[in-house]
Amino acid sequence: MEIFKKNPSLPVFIAALAIFTLAVTFMSEAYGTGALSTSFVKTLGKTLCLALVAIAMDLVWGYTGILSLGHFAFFGLGGYMIGMWLMYARTEIIVIESMANAPIPPTPSEISDAIGTQIFGVVGSSDFPLIWTFAHSFWAQIALVVLVPGILALVFGWLAFRSRVTGVYLSILTQAMTLALSLYLFQNDSGLRGNNGLSGLQNLPGADAISQDNISIWFFWASAFALLLTYLIAAFIVSGKFGSVIRGIRDDEARVRFLGYSVEGFKLFVFTLTAVIAAIGGALYYPQAGIINPAEIAPIASIYLAVWVAIGGRGRIYGAVIGAGFVSLVSTYFTGGQAPDINLGFYTIKWVDWWLVLLGLSFVLVTLFAPKGIGGLFDLITHRMSPTRHGLPLGPDKGSLREEEAEK
Amino acid sequence: MLRSFLAACLLLLSCLSSAQAQDRTIQDVLQEHAEIIAQSSRRTIGPAIDAIAGSGLPAAQDVLQAWQAKDMWQRESDGLFFKAERIDSSTYDLIDFATGESVGSASKDDLEQLKPNSGIRAMIGAALVQFQLNDPDPERRREALLAIQRDGEASHLPPLRASIEGETDPEIKALKETTERLLTISYDSNETARVQAIEGFKGSLSLDARAALNPVLTTKIVSADGLSESANIKRELRAGSRDLSVEEAYDLLVSAGLIETQPSLAERKSALESNIENGAVAGVPLAELSTQAARDRAYASLAQEGVVPAFDPNFTMEEAVTGARFAEVYDEPSEAVTDAAEATLTSINRAVGLNQFFDLSLDGLSLASIYFLAAIGLAITFGVMGVINMAHGEFIMMGAYTGYVVQQIVPDYTVSIILAIPLAFAVTFAAGVAMERLIIRWLYNRPLETLLATFGVSIALQQLAKNIFGTQARPLTSPGWLDGALSFNDVVSISYIRIAIFILALIFLGVFLFIMKKTRLGLETRAVTQNPRMAASMGINPDKVNMLTFGLGSGIAGIAGVAIGLYAKVTSELGSDYIVQSFMTVVVGGVGNIWGTLLGATMIGFLQKGIEWFNPSNTLAAQTYMIVFIIIFIQFRPKGIIALKGRAAGD
Repeated sequence: MEIFKKNPSLPVFIAALAIFTLAVTFMSEAYGTGALSTSFVKTLGKTLCLALVAIAMDLVWGYTGILSLGHFAFFGLGGYMIGMWLMYARTEIIVIESMANAPIPPTPSEISDAIGTQIFGVVGSSDFPLIWTFAHSFWAQIALVVLVPGILALVFGWLAFRSRVTGVYLSILTQAMTLALSLYLFQNDSGLRGNNGLSGLQNLPGADAISQDNISIWFFWASAFALLLTYLIAAFIVSGKFGSVIRGIRDDEARVRFLGYSVEGFKLFVFTLTAVIAAIGGALYYPQAGIINPAEIAPIASIYLAVWVAIGGRGRIYGAVIGAGFVSLVSTYFTGGQAPDINLGFYTIKWVDWWLVLLGLSFVLVTLFAPKGIGGLFDLITHRMSPTRHGLPLGPDKGSLREEEAEK
Repeated sequence: MLRSFLAACLLLLSCLSSAQAQDRTIQDVLQEHAEIIAQSSRRTIGPAIDAIAGSGLPAAQDVLQAWQAKDMWQRESDGLFFKAERIDSSTYDLIDFATGESVGSASKDDLEQLKPNSGIRAMIGAALVQFQLNDPDPERRREALLAIQRDGEASHLPPLRASIEGETDPEIKALKETTERLLTISYDSNETARVQAIEGFKGSLSLDARAALNPVLTTKIVSADGLSESANIKRELRAGSRDLSVEEAYDLLVSAGLIETQPSLAERKSALESNIENGAVAGVPLAELSTQAARDRAYASLAQEGVVPAFDPNFTMEEAVTGARFAEVYDEPSEAVTDAAEATLTSINRAVGLNQFFDLSLDGLSLASIYFLAAIGLAITFGVMGVINMAHGEFIMMGAYTGYVVQQIVPDYTVSIILAIPLAFAVTFAAGVAMERLIIRWLYNRPLETLLATFGVSIALQQLAKNIFGTQARPLTSPGWLDGALSFNDVVSISYIRIAIFILALIFLGVFLFIMKKTRLGLETRAVTQNPRMAASMGINPDKVNMLTFGLGSGIAGIAGVAIGLYAKVTSELGSDYIVQSFMTVVVGGVGNIWGTLLGATMIGFLQKGIEWFNPSNTLAAQTYMIVFIIIFIQFRPKGIIALKGRAAGD
């Protein structure tokens, strides 16, 4: 298999993921000893989804050199799309149940009005906005999970790459797009319940009899499977000729253009594909989180995404997975109040308050002193040391890797 | 000549009244009407109040005020009226109205309190108006007039008119005339006088004029059939138009009794519910009633049986109201008055619209100067040096918190602001230099990493501020002389803080231009940013220049923080609210050019206010559309409004 030869990390990753999945399954409350609580299984499932979107970020930033600060917006959009169906279908069941006791069976339009009142009551409305047209249909909303972020990324990317916005300007532009989207969703008349967001997503419609213990592990499996697929797709993309071209674009865009490649087309493809991957990640993440609101889409979330990839090690797929998993789990540990306080005598360090300070500073340190991130540690094990080029960049582009960040 | 004559007349008048006062005391007047005063009935009390108010005695106002405040008592032994002050629960001190001196105390048993009801108190209040309007203190006259403008009554009109003539203060006279016209519009019975008064307000911007005209123009929509000839019709309406929906028209016709009402959807449903027999309605099983067609069928059978009122299945509201004529009718019967009011209101609206445009422009200008202030530090670090500093917003926040801390130590607001500005500069300059030395200089050729590393600093600083100052907003109070607003008229006004921010923005522009064009540091900065190696070989130390330039940009952010903190609440998120807009300002304007930043800030500020004007309740939408606009704008001018050309562009 060509793909295994070019990605020696692939079998290791598959094995690690399989072991991890089995271990969690046998320790879960539904199918095992119950050593892991259901809420922790959910946390692990969510972490896998974050690893999935981190792979997307790594493809677009670590491999193609586009520092997008908008991929978490696509992630959130995916969540919103699946959330619409979850909320509609569940409310429909509740409404039909409550109307079953009425003396006369309800007409379809009466049911629809009642669902609208239930869902949009919080924003003072009862009519379905146009964007909820397909909310009754699971398959239509699944299609929208892919289509809405995909088309948004396609249009935005086409506009941005066509006018040759690159480097930090593109980063700022994607950040502006994210900010615009989150501000728009914060409005009550955006049709997606304003800052209330969509809630109750953990309750699958028609699955009230099934305990959350089982549902959580099913979502965990689905997330693991999606992560595996994404990893395979990413490995396939970066190992072939396509991968060489996008790495070329990262290191020296002008030269690739002079060689006759359509740089804009390659960038647009990667940007759109990763947006779709991010959206699928979001569609798996938010049913586990249970609630989505516009604050999830705020620009800072996308910057955190870049932070994970940078800490994990950009330009290598497993680096993104490690970064997302490590940082988000450590974050959960410190902000969840589980970490013990440190008493310095004159001041007690509460990790809930000081974790972000630590994260920010360690991020600065990683950027300065360990540009390879955690993934660089594997190079020490495999003795893949880079040749000495005195730290020069590999290409003249602003996004190109420095010598110490690159593999041999 | 005329004035001295009038003065002589006034003098004579006052002599006369004082001569009269020697003959007649206020007690005499009260005694004349003692019976009706004691009777205290609203229908008969009028002459008594008029007599007191018209007596011309200096004590008349005191009497009315005491009476209104229920402080007037009658001594039962001789029927005399006094103002009484309570000494203890059973004894009261009696005060003579004419002299204002105590005439001894009396037992409560011997006294009768006059308790005017609210109707009488209102009549007394109206009578008191003339005293207030002629009060020797101009400030009290003004207060009385403003009170009448806010809450006028028909009874205020005669005393107001009477008081205009004798008014000496020209400003208050103008106010009196305006008030008189406002009252005339609402309460005069003479049509010509009202029309004249209405036309007097043409082009006026006063809110009171609009408030007086709007009740004249209230309308209601009625069916045009059976409308009386004399009705003052504004216009004819058709059902289904913008101002009259089909449902409203239908309701109007039903309530006018012009069409038979048809049972509504809900009524038909409840009729079905109340006619369920053995699990079926009129033979239709309940399970089948889940469609509207089946329900209609069941209802029709019920109607045939005569159990429920008939319903025509072909009935639609649209058809029921077609052909019916409707009219919008003024509540005000006089056509001349409403015509004049409409014309005046149009002219007022035009004037108000024009002034609102000016007001909006001022708002836009002040928003632009805030953006400019927030962005000018970035124009140095990002625009000139090309360093993306995501912690720029946190420097703004540090400046604001510096101002807050200084205010905790120095209580005088003026002194503390004067101290805070250089101190904020010093603090953020130091922070900027430290950050440049420790982080940014290692990343000069890695801009994307700079972005991420400074973002790390940004979240650390933000959390640090939260840990130190807490999450709640801290006030940064502006000195007293910055309170209030400069208002040109009722519509156009701008607060002094915003003017101060505008001036500060101009000062910064000047300082920036001076440093960049006239000082050695500016020259060296430009040299280093264009070609660091060449600059170094000319004897410039690029490290030092970069450090100082970055410090300067950060220091300016600190001062901007003090200014922004003055009008917004100081929180740890203060900076992140501005960071994206600041970058936008610099990018839209054109990187590396201060005039571009100025233009960018102006464009963003004005556009945002302009968009808000279309939908004033929704600033979120305005920001969204603003950003979308910027994204599209960058398509057409990727390098910003003012693009650098040639070698300075750097590529």
